[in-house]
Amino acid sequence: MLFDFANVLVFTALGAGFVGVNLLIGRLLRPSNPQARKLSTYECGEPASGSAWVNFNMRFYIIALIFIIFEVEIAFVFPVATAFRRWIESGRGLFAFVEILLFVGILFLGLVYAWAKGDLEWVKKIKS
Amino acid sequence: MEAKEIYARTERKFSGKVSGFQGDVVDPNFRVEAQAIVEVCCYLRDDPESNFEVLSDLTGLDLPKENNLQVVYHLYSYSKRHQIVLKVDLPRDNPHVSTMEGVWKVANWLEREVFDLFGVVFEGHSDLRRILLPEDWVGYPLRKDYVEQEEYDGISTQRAPLVEKLLR
Amino acid sequence: MQPLINSLPETVFTTKVDDLLNWGRASSQWYMLFGLACCAIELMQTGGPRADVDRFGCVPRATPRQSDLMIVAGTLTYKMAKRTKLLYDQMPDPKYVISMGSCANCGGLFQLAYSVCKGVDKIIPVDVYVPGCPPRPEALTEGLMRIQDKMMRERWLVKPARAAEAPVGA
Repeated sequence: MLFDFANVLVFTALGAGFVGVNLLIGRLLRPSNPQARKLSTYECGEPASGSAWVNFNMRFYIIALIFIIFEVEIAFVFPVATAFRRWIESGRGLFAFVEILLFVGILFLGLVYAWAKGDLEWVKKIKS
Repeated sequence: MEAKEIYARTERKFSGKVSGFQGDVVDPNFRVEAQAIVEVCCYLRDDPESNFEVLSDLTGLDLPKENNLQVVYHLYSYSKRHQIVLKVDLPRDNPHVSTMEGVWKVANWLEREVFDLFGVVFEGHSDLRRILLPEDWVGYPLRKDYVEQEEYDGISTQRAPLVEKLLR
Repeated sequence: MQPLINSLPETVFTTKVDDLLNWGRASSQWYMLFGLACCAIELMQTGGPRADVDRFGCVPRATPRQSDLMIVAGTLTYKMAKRTKLLYDQMPDPKYVISMGSCANCGGLFQLAYSVCKGVDKIIPVDVYVPGCPPRPEALTEGLMRIQDKMMRERWLVKPARAAEAPVGA
């Protein structure tokens, strides 16, 4: 078993070494000519003005959160799918089915709530 | 409405301040005095018979023989389908005229262009600065007595000598 | 760690590595889209399907940070000259400039105008001048081939015998 670990170690070392050697060759072979104007921030030819920190759009966070929840749900459904045949053979197929349906249903209620609140809309309507 | 009629109505209202109607040119025009230009334009815009909703152009001219600058206003009416041109003469050494921005909003940029290229100062303009040339340009290029500067921003403005030889 | 530029003796190995490096650079000239006026249309068409310049590895980049060639296509005004200088400075070495069209070469048709810079070489060093108004895509491709020749003549690892062989800016 130790041999398997050595396998992984050698692969990791080779991968890191490959990347490192390539970067080293680049460092040796490329010209180095840093100048103040070259390192200045790029803003289409104008001198940079204002801060680069802008307000983050909250919609991305909401969408990402809902995505993660349902992604984890899928990850939980996969083992059920693989073990499903054994449950059917032991006669408890319906029990397993209803169980997993309940799981998906509870999370579906959460989705309905987010949908009804309007959190899935990208362009929000103005309440006028 | 004919251009002659527009001029006649304007002259009846502002007698003494408008003059010099030219009717048999491509763009019929008349002269307006610099102090009265805003009220004449307000009248032309608001009067239901003339109804000039649009200022289609605002340009400048340099007339060295008469030694003055001239600002030209082209007015157009979509509803009545007629057009007229107004001309305002300004003294060369101190060209000041009231801004048309309050009458037609489009005059904002058009007057900035005339200021940039001729140096005409529009009083009451909200943002009178150069629009086409760089901010630190010296001089008003479209005047007839404009002399180019030797150098701008470290770049020489001298031309290749070949072109000048051909000119001579 | 100092780079090995221009410091090795001229052996078979080092010159071949130099040729390999130059061939790699010449076959992948990523040009910065700097179309200012009508020459920009011919620049776009040179990258277009008929006079395809992508077959030579030339890909248009919008930013100076990822490009090694700047094709100044069009009339340069004094107002734009300041920005052009800054963009040229922001390109990483080794960098080359093609001046495309007569307006970029010498001011061209608008040489007598007050606001036109009489040639882009008043502010940045130019490697290849492509004449024309506007130059045909074939002419611009010829300019790119000349830049390729210029790149192939450079010496990176090897100490150059003549100053003309050393790369610009290194």
